[in-house]
Amino acid sequence: MDNIKPRVKVPKSASAGEVITIKTLINHPMESGLRKGKDGNLIPRQIINKFTCEFNGKPVFSCELEPAISANPYIEFSAKVTEAGTFKFSWLDDDGSVYETENKIAIK
Amino acid sequence: MNLTRRQMLCASVGAAAAGVFGFSLSASATPEATAESIKNFAGGKEPAMGGDLTLNTPEIAENGNTVPVEVSVASPMTDDDYVESVVIYAEGNPNPDVAVFHFTPMSGVAEAKTRMRLAKTQNVVAVAKTNKGKVFMDKKEVKVTIGGCGG
Repeated sequence: MDNIKPRVKVPKSASAGEVITIKTLINHPMESGLRKGKDGNLIPRQIINKFTCEFNGKPVFSCELEPAISANPYIEFSAKVTEAGTFKFSWLDDDGSVYETENKIAIK
Repeated sequence: MNLTRRQMLCASVGAAAAGVFGFSLSASATPEATAESIKNFAGGKEPAMGGDLTLNTPEIAENGNTVPVEVSVASPMTDDDYVESVVIYAEGNPNPDVAVFHFTPMSGVAEAKTRMRLAKTQNVVAVAKTNKGKVFMDKKEVKVTIGGCGG
């Protein structure tokens, strides 16, 4: 799908060992597959089914989403920062697309 | 409309039957289906109520399309003692599964927030599993004014 833009809020820097909060939002209709269109037929399901967050290649947090997640899925979680590096976020769509974004963090 | 008493009776019985039948056909998860999923998730164990897991939802959700939900588990989150996953179920949705969060020791704290859809007033259940296989759950009722599952 086009025009899907992930947005992520990560602090620019943190002290070593600090636990930071990461907020993520991606615009996506999260079509549940239960709704009917104007023609009376079911609109096929299309949702983000998985979200993952890695820090320097190591898994931090991941999440499997079901149709019961609201449109424009918002996910907030925490991460412990021990070194400077890069957070990599990816969202997996039902249609096989992967939306990715990266954020760098420095140590104070 | 000139209905005889007999016709009236037939019609009302039919309507009542349709109502019952329609209800039994409507796609809705039941607490039993949720209990089944919890059992599978917990590996056959009976999750202990309460404990270290807190599920935070609003008491009344005006709009079932976006209901904020928050889970947090008190855990040291070290390499040998951490929360592996937390799963959220909505008992009254067409499909009880909502989300599964997977944590690692790198998460720092086992906390996550998201927004979910609720079809009607129902119980929301969260179940947490630690790497040692300990399972516990929390349950909250959410009153929904406008349901959020389309249809």
